[in-house]
Amino acid sequence: MLELVQSTAPVSSWLDPGRTLFLIIHLLGLAAFAYIVARRLVPLVRAQSDPRFDHPVARLGKLLKFWFGQWKHPRYKTAGILHIFIFSGFILLAARAFTVLMVGTSPNFVMPGLSGQAGRVYESATDYAATVVFLCMIFAIVRRLVFKPARYAVPARYGKAHTADAVFLLVLIGILMVADSLFAGAKAAALMQQGQPAEMGTVFSLPWIFKTALASASISTVGTLYFGAYVLHAVTFYFLLCYRPFGIQFHVETSLFNIYFATLNKGAVKPVRWDLAEEKLDQVKSFGVKTFEDFTWKHMLDFYSCADCGRCSDNCPANAAGRPLSPRFLTIKARDYAFQHYPMFGKSGNGTPLIGSIYSDDEIWSCTTCGACEEECPLLVEYIDKIVDLRRGMIDAGNVPQSLQKPLKALESRGNPYGMMEKKKADWSNANEFREICNVKLLDKKNSAETLYFVDSVTSFDERMQSISRATAKILDHIGEDFGILGAAEKDSGHEVRRFGEETLFMALRDHNAEAIKASGAKRIITSDPHAYNALKHDYKDVPPVEHISQVLAREVKSGKIKFTPLENTSVVYTYHDPCYLGRHNQIYDDPRAVLDAIPGLKRVEMPRSRDRSFCCGGGGLMLFYEPKEDQRIGVKRVQMAAEAGANVIVTACPFCMTNIEDAIKVAGLEGKMTAIDLAELADQQMARERPPVRVSQPAETQLECVTGR
Amino acid sequence: MEILVCARRVPDTSENEITLNSAGNDIERGELVYSINEADNYAVEEALQIVAKVGGKVTVVTVGSEDDEEILRREMAMGANEGVLITDNAFEGSDGRGIATILKAFVQKGKYDLILTGVQADDGAAQVGGMLAAMLDYPFASLVNSIEVLDGRKLQISREIQGGNKEISEIDLPCVLSIQTGINEPRYVGMRGIRAAASLPISTYGLKDLGLNAREVGVAAARVTRQDYFVPEPGKGAEMLEGSREETLEKLVELLAAKGGLR
Repeated sequence: MLELVQSTAPVSSWLDPGRTLFLIIHLLGLAAFAYIVARRLVPLVRAQSDPRFDHPVARLGKLLKFWFGQWKHPRYKTAGILHIFIFSGFILLAARAFTVLMVGTSPNFVMPGLSGQAGRVYESATDYAATVVFLCMIFAIVRRLVFKPARYAVPARYGKAHTADAVFLLVLIGILMVADSLFAGAKAAALMQQGQPAEMGTVFSLPWIFKTALASASISTVGTLYFGAYVLHAVTFYFLLCYRPFGIQFHVETSLFNIYFATLNKGAVKPVRWDLAEEKLDQVKSFGVKTFEDFTWKHMLDFYSCADCGRCSDNCPANAAGRPLSPRFLTIKARDYAFQHYPMFGKSGNGTPLIGSIYSDDEIWSCTTCGACEEECPLLVEYIDKIVDLRRGMIDAGNVPQSLQKPLKALESRGNPYGMMEKKKADWSNANEFREICNVKLLDKKNSAETLYFVDSVTSFDERMQSISRATAKILDHIGEDFGILGAAEKDSGHEVRRFGEETLFMALRDHNAEAIKASGAKRIITSDPHAYNALKHDYKDVPPVEHISQVLAREVKSGKIKFTPLENTSVVYTYHDPCYLGRHNQIYDDPRAVLDAIPGLKRVEMPRSRDRSFCCGGGGLMLFYEPKEDQRIGVKRVQMAAEAGANVIVTACPFCMTNIEDAIKVAGLEGKMTAIDLAELADQQMARERPPVRVSQPAETQLECVTGR
Repeated sequence: MEILVCARRVPDTSENEITLNSAGNDIERGELVYSINEADNYAVEEALQIVAKVGGKVTVVTVGSEDDEEILRREMAMGANEGVLITDNAFEGSDGRGIATILKAFVQKGKYDLILTGVQADDGAAQVGGMLAAMLDYPFASLVNSIEVLDGRKLQISREIQGGNKEISEIDLPCVLSIQTGINEPRYVGMRGIRAAASLPISTYGLKDLGLNAREVGVAAARVTRQDYFVPEPGKGAEMLEGSREETLEKLVELLAAKGGLR
């Protein structure tokens, strides 16, 4: 057929002998892709409902930022920048690839808007885009094979390394770029040889190199290469298109949807069923995720979309401490399950239980719900909702570790995980010395107040943490806040109960508290526990607005109501540890820091992992009762990070962080070198008062744990 | 296998502060929370696991009052097929022998291959199981911490002896076993399960239903009667540490160090 290549014939006609073949390739490629995608959609159709079609403007904004803007990528410099180059290359090359494919069957096809000058500019830009993508592939392959970044490694328990598949895909893209460039270069060389105007000013681009190399080649060689490049391009293109849905590159297609449909409610947990009102939950036979089909369609889309980049697990505190959980493999295992049970041909889905097959109990209980994985994921894959749904399934099946059954039972009968009697809830405020300097009102039928201080279980009952409730009360008293507490009427906020999957118990606690809060008549709520804060803000409905004490402090420091005395000991260095439920889940990063920086003489350093990359202390609430399998305590890692940053005092703003960090200081052998203090305690200690404060307790020195699990 | 588990509702020791009432004849019950006796819960779990393996039915029975229905429902939420409440004013004040008499009458109304009790009730004296077996003339084994069903109406059971070793025995069915905690890991019963079990029917039996005579049970028949509760006076050599937690701990460490308990 190549005899048809005549030196005088127009270049576009060189593809004539292959028109039928190209049409077949197109049709076959598209049909295969359509079939594959249709099969991939089968489980999504069987999945649980998930209403993600609301708020199109907000969703488009997310798409613009996280998909088009590649927002999360630079958090990992090398890989991120590489990805941005590849992504922009792909975006730029989309129209060119389409044009090339079309030219095979319609020789005169020109992309609308890309004729004339615009077309030439686009041509030049994409010459370089193809070159950049090609170079990125070389770089990425070398990176994968030679430098082997640790986060791509696959631990033995999760199977074989994914390197071969990753490199294979990179090679295919490289071939696609070469084919595209050769096609353009051969055409330019042919035009040049025919004496026609063939401007290719794209010096050193891949097409330019091919054009230059073919400048003196015989016209039939050029023609053969032109034809061959087309076939190679078309075949590689369709092969990639159809191969991607079988592995890590499906995100090329799914990312757009995955990001558009990503959750808009950070900090919140999905309801048990989106399609059923809460009152009707009694009719539901099974709670949570037990089989693959119990996931929502969006969560399945998450599984398809994961690019196996390993950023989630690289940031996961459970994974870092050697617990049997790696968010990356939570996804990969589910995807493998989907591919295996929803094959391209034959019967799909047999509804086998996930726990005991692809997931283990400990794996699912290991998560602290800190949100580091979600924060890092460039594709906005969700993890917490899936973990909570899997736990709901385990709770429903009665599959709960004994260590968690006791506190759950106590929450049911006493409203707190420690099994303490309700009447002791306000004991922290009744200590004799404390009562003399700060009288905390008990909100009941006789007493009312503007503001409710929601103390929550740990800060009420744990002797060490009572120092935080007393400090908080003194701060509120100092700024003249009309406040009170619910006392025995306050039950646990249920924040962890919900995140541990005991939804029915959570609802009972929430309803009880919501009723008690309403009865108190308070107009706003303040809490010193970020978990209570998050629960009241995201899990409760129709309760007054809630603030964390760090927000109150920041505001009153700014207003001048709170002034701090200079620190006595200025040789110590402070660092602030962001509690997950204050920081990542609610984006309160600056207020606590502003308070610290307002204390004269306070030297503060940042740990490299701070703000939205903060490293969890080990988890709060029920997590304190759970006995995980781990190499090292999560908190110990955190305390070591603070030591490496050069700090000797860790300031935090969460009673659970305090429990874990103080424990970890002892375990790490840093006693005497490192202390921990709550922001409220520090503020109370440093507040300038007209009369000197009576010291009720010395927080940094009383490190005795009492009722918390460990 | 038809299994009967005898259970009891007791004040939950981990969630209550047990104090004596002002009269000194009982504990203060005003703010107590109750739950199923822990060992009985293990017995129910064991019964459920046996039935899951070899088939059959699990019935949970308690002698008490309407308030005790709560634990029957909890165990039914766990998976027990039937809950039976034995209640009658005539039963009040029964001692261990009285309870065993009542249970014997109930057992004889059915056909049970295996009867399980917890090793001891938190507020009990570990006597009902043995007495029940004797009254029924069934073989009895106590402190059982593993059960395996053998062919030909036999069980292989074990109990822990000194040094964590296990003593293995065989026992013929029907029999009575008292179950040690730790024999298994009881499944969790969530609030949802309990709510779902709230409407399940519970059969109730009284004195007449069981063909009992009021003279055999209750206060009248009790040969052991509770007289009093008292807090023991600190004896010689006993010392109560007083003060705040820090102070008591400090004293404790001091004492331990002084007596050579700490090095």
